[in-house]
Amino acid sequence: MLKIVKKKESSSMQSTLLRIGSVLIALVASAAFIAALGYNPFVVYQNIVAGSVGSAYRFQETINKTIPLVVLSLGIAVSFKMKFMNIGAEGQFYLGAMAATAIALNFPTWPIYILIPLMMLGAIIAGGIWCLFPAVLKSKFGTSETLVTLMMNYIAVKFVSYLQYGPWKDPKAKGFPRIAKFSVNAVLPKVFGIHMGWIIALVLVVIIYIIMSKSKLGYQISVLGENENTAKYAGMDTTKILFISVIIGGGLCGLAGMIQASGIEGSLTDQLSGGLGFTAIITAWLANLSAPAILVVSFFFAILVQGSTYIQSSMQIPSAVAEILQGIIIFFVLASEFFTQYKFVLVHKVHKEAAK
Amino acid sequence: MDFLNSTGLFLQTSIQMGTPLLFGTLGGILCEKVGHLNLGIEGMMLLGAVTGFLVGLKSGNPMLAVLAAGAAGLLGALIYAIVTVTFKGNQTVTGLALTIFGGGVSSFLGKSLAGISLPAGIASGLGTKEVPILKDIPVIGTALYKQSIYVHIALIVAILMYFYFKKTRIGLSLRIVGENPSAADASGVNTTLYKYVHILAGGFLCGMGGAYLSLVFVPRWQDNITAGSGWIAVALIIFSTWNPAKAIFGAYLFGALRGIGFKLQNVQIFGSFEISSQLLDMIPYIMTIVVLVFTTIRKKKENQAPAWLSLPYFRENR
Repeated sequence: MLKIVKKKESSSMQSTLLRIGSVLIALVASAAFIAALGYNPFVVYQNIVAGSVGSAYRFQETINKTIPLVVLSLGIAVSFKMKFMNIGAEGQFYLGAMAATAIALNFPTWPIYILIPLMMLGAIIAGGIWCLFPAVLKSKFGTSETLVTLMMNYIAVKFVSYLQYGPWKDPKAKGFPRIAKFSVNAVLPKVFGIHMGWIIALVLVVIIYIIMSKSKLGYQISVLGENENTAKYAGMDTTKILFISVIIGGGLCGLAGMIQASGIEGSLTDQLSGGLGFTAIITAWLANLSAPAILVVSFFFAILVQGSTYIQSSMQIPSAVAEILQGIIIFFVLASEFFTQYKFVLVHKVHKEAAK
Repeated sequence: MDFLNSTGLFLQTSIQMGTPLLFGTLGGILCEKVGHLNLGIEGMMLLGAVTGFLVGLKSGNPMLAVLAAGAAGLLGALIYAIVTVTFKGNQTVTGLALTIFGGGVSSFLGKSLAGISLPAGIASGLGTKEVPILKDIPVIGTALYKQSIYVHIALIVAILMYFYFKKTRIGLSLRIVGENPSAADASGVNTTLYKYVHILAGGFLCGMGGAYLSLVFVPRWQDNITAGSGWIAVALIIFSTWNPAKAIFGAYLFGALRGIGFKLQNVQIFGSFEISSQLLDMIPYIMTIVVLVFTTIRKKKENQAPAWLSLPYFRENR
């Protein structure tokens, strides 16, 4: 009979290898799944790669899809590191987009070098405050942040719909429920053919990496995440650390909303995110909450998404295949975590070890 | 606006709108009672909705379609249970992944189903039935006895679950599994078995709830047919404080809100004041946060979330 026993904590090298290994196994399992649906998995994979990096245009599209995932995942990672299970990235994203849109629509003629930074700042503040609310509830009453942040997602997105169908409806759209397009000054300029969100994302990866692994705050966050009592005994102001880091985390998610509204849509819609806030939880988790790994994983997921829209036209395979693949990969990685702490052994062997 | 003028019709619509929510909520309660937060309800409902529709289309047999839908939800729950119970994976992330996966599978399979209508056998089996005599009771007659059998199944399951938790020995053990698995283990309860059975049963109910939408309510295939019902169910679990009896009222109340929002689009009342259906849609989530905060402040034992909710249980760490 098999029995589970605890083993020594794996090194970070081992757990990274385990993760990569489980992604590879997941790709094999997905191949079997694709074959079961009646397609040749090799051709499908090949087309996904070709469709995402096969030409300059497709590569740009892939980068466009990587950018919001990176920024959102960074924000989520900050919260998760503290064991603040913030699944409200979707809502914080919309709050940021809303704040940026309010600024863009009210001051369309302001020069771009004032308007864009202002929109970014507004987005960070709005997202940060939206994330602060569940943190206050948690620290005051012990209310579950998982559930509150989840509910607040829907409040945020319904509010965007309300604005879109009500007060912010563009009168020039002939009754069509749409918010007006931003002026040129409120649109992120392009650098090498891609909106400059990619530069922001890269800079943020570096900043968050430094904060999390080199700064005092980063150290405090990880101690607090490991064990709240340890943090208290060490004399840390746990409430303050919680509040500061949720503002950073929520603020980053809000910034992602601004980038998407300004760089991609040039406006705000209630479809702006399309579930990115949830996908980003998965990419952050897959990357083990490490900033550089988030960059790699987000790019990998963007390849899946972009490649799948390509195979929809090239092979008539519904693009939903991307979501199926994402699901299978994360299931395998989640299950593989187990082996960083435990191992299966045959029972008679356990007795021998115990006898020693 | 017929349905607003007649209380009976209004209740009938609310109950219809609330039925998929009730299924999802009951499924979720079963899962959370053994200490597992499952954010995959939406995914399991979508799996059920598409499978129920496909089987209904091919077989024309309503019974088979409903069972297949439940089985599809159960399979989704099985993935969740393997990852979170056996491999102790993070429950929040696993649930989200299940929703993404279920959504992907349903859009994939549903691609070719748009616009196709179901065979007549489905409508005659699951469509609105009038119960003789009882249907003539004022108000309640229309609300309860001019409904699909599906509506009654949801009610019966809810009542059975209430007694199951409160009055049976297994129900008691299952609550201990969710509150304190070590204690359950020590008293000889097979925690792993309890978790698997209830998570899978919960998945079955979620699958059935999804199929109510594709087989009875709509009844056609639309992409993302659940449109967030599974997430409202997550809210309802909290709103009803993990109590299946309260879930009935909660689900019909949220159903009524959805119904009003749905039908009232751009209707003007009080002269120029326009009711925004989007703002109405927000109410369930706001109410849920309020309930959640109040229950955590009041700390009344019976209204709390299971103590071990969303925490992994390592039997070997005792």
